[in-house]
This record gives sequence, C-alpha cells and structure tokens, in this order.
Amino acid sequence: MSITVDQISRQFGNTVALHPSSLDIKEGELVGLLGPSGSGKTTLLRIIAGLETPSAGRILFSGRDVTNLHPRNRRVGFVFQHYALFRHMTVFDNIAFGLKANAHRLSLGRQEITERVNELLGQIQLEAYAKRLPAQLSGGQQQRVALARALAVRPEVLLMDEPFGALDAKVRVELRRWLRHLHEQLGFTCVFVTHDQDEALELSDRVAVMSQGRVEQIAAPAQLYREPANRFVFDFLGTTNSFKGEVRDEQLYLGEQGTLRLPKVANGAAELVTRPHEISLSHSPSDSATLPAQVSAIAPIGAVVEVELQPFWEAPNLHVTLSPRDFEQASFAVGDTLYLHPHRLMLVDPHSTALTPVS
Amino acid sequence: MSKPRRILPGFHLSLGIALVYVSIILLLPLGSLVGQLADLSWARYWSIITDPRNLASYRITVLSAALASLFNMLFGLLCAWVLVRYTFPGKRILDALMDLPFALPTAVAGITISTLYASQGAIGQWLGFKVAYSWLGIVVAMAFTSVPFVVRTVQPVLEELPASVDEAAITLGASNAYAFRRVILPFIWPALLTGTGLAFARSLGEYGAVIFVAGNMPYKTEVTSLMVVTRLQEFDYPAAAAIASVVLIASLLLLLVINIYQARFFRRIHGNQHV
Repeated sequence: MSITVDQISRQFGNTVALHPSSLDIKEGELVGLLGPSGSGKTTLLRIIAGLETPSAGRILFSGRDVTNLHPRNRRVGFVFQHYALFRHMTVFDNIAFGLKANAHRLSLGRQEITERVNELLGQIQLEAYAKRLPAQLSGGQQQRVALARALAVRPEVLLMDEPFGALDAKVRVELRRWLRHLHEQLGFTCVFVTHDQDEALELSDRVAVMSQGRVEQIAAPAQLYREPANRFVFDFLGTTNSFKGEVRDEQLYLGEQGTLRLPKVANGAAELVTRPHEISLSHSPSDSATLPAQVSAIAPIGAVVEVELQPFWEAPNLHVTLSPRDFEQASFAVGDTLYLHPHRLMLVDPHSTALTPVS
Repeated sequence: MSKPRRILPGFHLSLGIALVYVSIILLLPLGSLVGQLADLSWARYWSIITDPRNLASYRITVLSAALASLFNMLFGLLCAWVLVRYTFPGKRILDALMDLPFALPTAVAGITISTLYASQGAIGQWLGFKVAYSWLGIVVAMAFTSVPFVVRTVQPVLEELPASVDEAAITLGASNAYAFRRVILPFIWPALLTGTGLAFARSLGEYGAVIFVAGNMPYKTEVTSLMVVTRLQEFDYPAAAAIASVVLIASLLLLLVINIYQARFFRRIHGNQHV
C-alpha cells in the first residue's frame, strides 16, 4: 500500500508542530523520518496512523482518502517507542491480541490463531518465551514482541516510533539488520521515526530529514549524504567543518593566516563546509595545502583516527578523520603544525542556506 | 568483616517513632479489647456473638456493606476514569469533592441523607419506595462514606497506564469494549479490588452516618456497630468487646486476603525473579 501525505499540517494552540508537508511513499518502501526532538516527525507518524488528527491536509492509502478513518479501521501496524506491551499478558497473548480482537471479522478459529502466533514467534526467534510475561524479557526481546504483535494482523503499513531508541548500541545494530531482512521477506510499507542518523541511513530506502515542523529533504541515503539540500541537513548528518571568510579574486581569505583558492566563486563574504574525511593533512605547505592549524587532540576510535586541530585564524576547531594506516604514515603528534587540504567543499547560500559543491 | 553501613539517614529514629505510634494508637486499644474478652468464658462469648439479634445485625451489615461497596466499585471507577482520562472545566473541583465524605462529620452526612431520603424529603418524595429508615438507607449512608476509598486507589493506577497501551489496542483493531475488558480492566483490577475491599471494611464498621438513616429497628435495620454501642450504654463492656471482635476479625481477614492477592498479582506483573 502506498502512502500519500498531502499538505498535512498540525497546530497545537498557537504552536505549529507541523507546517504543511507532503510526502509520497511507494508501496513496499522503507522510509525513515529523521530529525531532532521537536521536529514534528512523531506528530507526522501519528497522523499517518490516525492517532492524531491533522489541522489541514489529507492522508491517502493507495489513493484512498483515509484522513477521517478511525485508527481502528486503518489497519496499520504501529510500534510504540516504549513498546506499550500489555504487561499482564504473556508473550503469546500479546501477539495474539489483534487476531483475537478481530477473530470475527477475519473469521479466524482458535487453531488458526495459535498457528499464526507460533509462526510469528519463530520469526522473532522467541518460541521458547511464549509463556513469559513482558517484564521477564530484555529490551530487545520486548521490541521484537511489539513488532510481532503489530505484524500479526498482517498490516500493509508498519509505522514505528523510535523503534530502537531505548536499546543498547549492539542490540540496536542487530535488530536493524533483522528488521531489514524481515522487511525484504514480508514487503510491507514501512515508515519509522528516529533521531539517529546512522539508523536512518542504514535502514531506509529513503530518508526524510525534518526540522522545526518541516521536511527539509527526502532522498536516498547515499544521495542525502552526498548532496544535502541545505546547511541543516548537512549538519544533522555528521560532523561539520566550517570555513568562514572573504572571497576576493577567487581566493578565500580566512583572517591573516590562511588563504584558499576558490575558482568561480563571486567576491564577498562566504561560508564553506566540509566533512572530516574530506580533508587531508600534510607537514609542509604546498599549492593545495594552504591552511595552517595546530593539532590539539588525537583520538583513535576503532576504524578511524579522529584529529582535532586549532586553526591559525579565528575559528572553531576543525575535525579530520584518517585511516589508522594514513595516520601512521603521516606521523604527527599533539602540538604539531599541519597544513590542511580540503578536497571537497560546499558553498553555503547566505539566505536559503542551500549548498552547492565547489571544486 | 565490618557491618554494612546504612547510607539513608534517620533509620533508628523514624522507625522508633513509627513503632511507638503504632503501639499507642493501634495496638493499645486492640490490646484492651482483647483484655475485656479475657473476662468472658468461651461459652458466654459464643452465646453473645450468636445472639439472634446480633446475628441479624451481621446479616444486615454485611449485605448492606456488600451492596454499598459494589455500587462504589462501579461509581468510583467511573469517577476515577472521568478524572484521569478527560479534561473539562471544573475538573479540579470535582477532584476535591471526592474527598468530601472523609472531611464531613459522618453524623452530618447521616442526618443530611435521612432528611433528603425521608418520605417527604427532597429526593424521597419522588421515590416509590422507602429509603430512609430502611436497610436501603444504610446502603446509601455506607456508599457515601466509603466512595473515596475506591476513587483514591484507582486514580493513581489509572494515571500510570500509558496512553500508548490504549492506543496499541486500538491500532490492533480492538473495539472500545474489548480494549477496556482485556487491557484496561486487568491493569486496574488489583487497585479496584483493594479500593472496594477497603470500602467494604470501612462500611462494616460505619456508625455515625448509618444510625441516623437506619431507623434502628431490632432484627431489621440494626447494624453491628450499633449493637456494640448499645452494649456500651448498658456498661456491658465484655459483651461490647465480643461483638466488636467479630467485626475486627472479619475486617482483618478481608484485608489479609486482599493483600495476598495483590502481592501475587504484582509478582506476576513485575516478573517472578525479582520483588
């Protein structure tokens, strides 16, 4: 089932939780709504589920207007942030709840319900836990029960609110991969909310980045990372290095100390941004390595080495990541002066904050 | 090995004060009650508590209290539901009103109820049957004085029930009635039962409000607490103590049963391995 969000907005009194927003989600697609808290992502998800009413706009499921349809009849699976399991029921009864509540409409017998629940228990790998109560399960197990409960009624749309937010880092990663497989197997349309960019980029076919009640950009993860629409998206997806200065004759002047060649950039104040892995470091200045900075911290973090540098001009510290091998070859220590060569830069539009690549 | 040190301060002092208080206010009167009973032989004790007039009073008290607490179970749950689930103007006032039966002197309540429900009273004149000066009056008085027990025990538990649990049931396609029966009611059941049990225990001993509406006709509308007072007025302290002990034992047993049930329920909910 495809989902169309058509100019949906939501106000609470005088505060706008969601500005008129539109989204088209294709059948079988996995879309992540990514944003900081207060960005309106949960509100949008709850409006799609029917748990919240929009102030204006329409929600369509496969072209059918469901804006005024009660959530009971929308037939969406919803996984709540803290799972909202029925704590007085066993795992089995939790999963069977939707089937039993609709046994009449779905014309399901006791036998069929038991079979379907057992099948789901197999899929979530919790067959041995059928008779346990939610309180006797770990967070990750509870999360899988919540998923199975939502999937039991075979919804065509699955909505998840911060599905992995309350779990340990390692369990999160496992569950993400597991969910990805389950989605490939069952092919439901899925929208989930998260504030974790790694989660959004890893799980989603497309990510909608939201901020202050607006959808800033919706794109496939690779494109989103490569071509962020504006400064907010760029900042939210990772660490930002910023170069602020004055452009004269295709040269960026950063205070007294550093200059950077910028072909085809108009004169005037300019800000450029880059990622930590898009800067290389060298011991001596050259035509391309023109920006001097002093190493203030070195932190090896698993697969990368994070280097923090204090620029010679007036600016916040810069962050550079190297592979451990490059770091060993470069051989420098805290206090050394290095010269930076950013090989990919994005020019920030001062009004719209839109980004355009410079090379 | 050194003795483990207690980090939270004030343990000895606060426990000491609590124990002294419990002894003076609770145990001493109970002790003197038992002391009075010591003057009685078993045969005499048995003949007092099985006196036909007393037996009739047990029946009236228990039946009225049961009816009153059943009514409060429903009405109290409704009030708690309204107070927790919805926002409306005057909610705070309604919330405060719930404690009125505790604050009001029970005699005042009794007199007010008897005036309202008398055959010429503001409510009584519209009713085709007798409420004041009948056993129904006893039920009304008991219900009035014990409703806060149900409201105040169910309310916090209902507040603790996350809205998402309710929403989960709805998104799974459950009807309102099904969601209430299978999700909400089991959640608040222990609290509802405790509140009802407390209301029942309180009703068993209710005196002030009841005697003004009951009419106090022997074998018909005499409650057990009235029988105790009657014996006291005759200066027959051992007999008063004997009847009181019946009420006391009944109430204690009831509270014990409720506590055991609740403990078992919570162990189940919170997982068997801890608590």
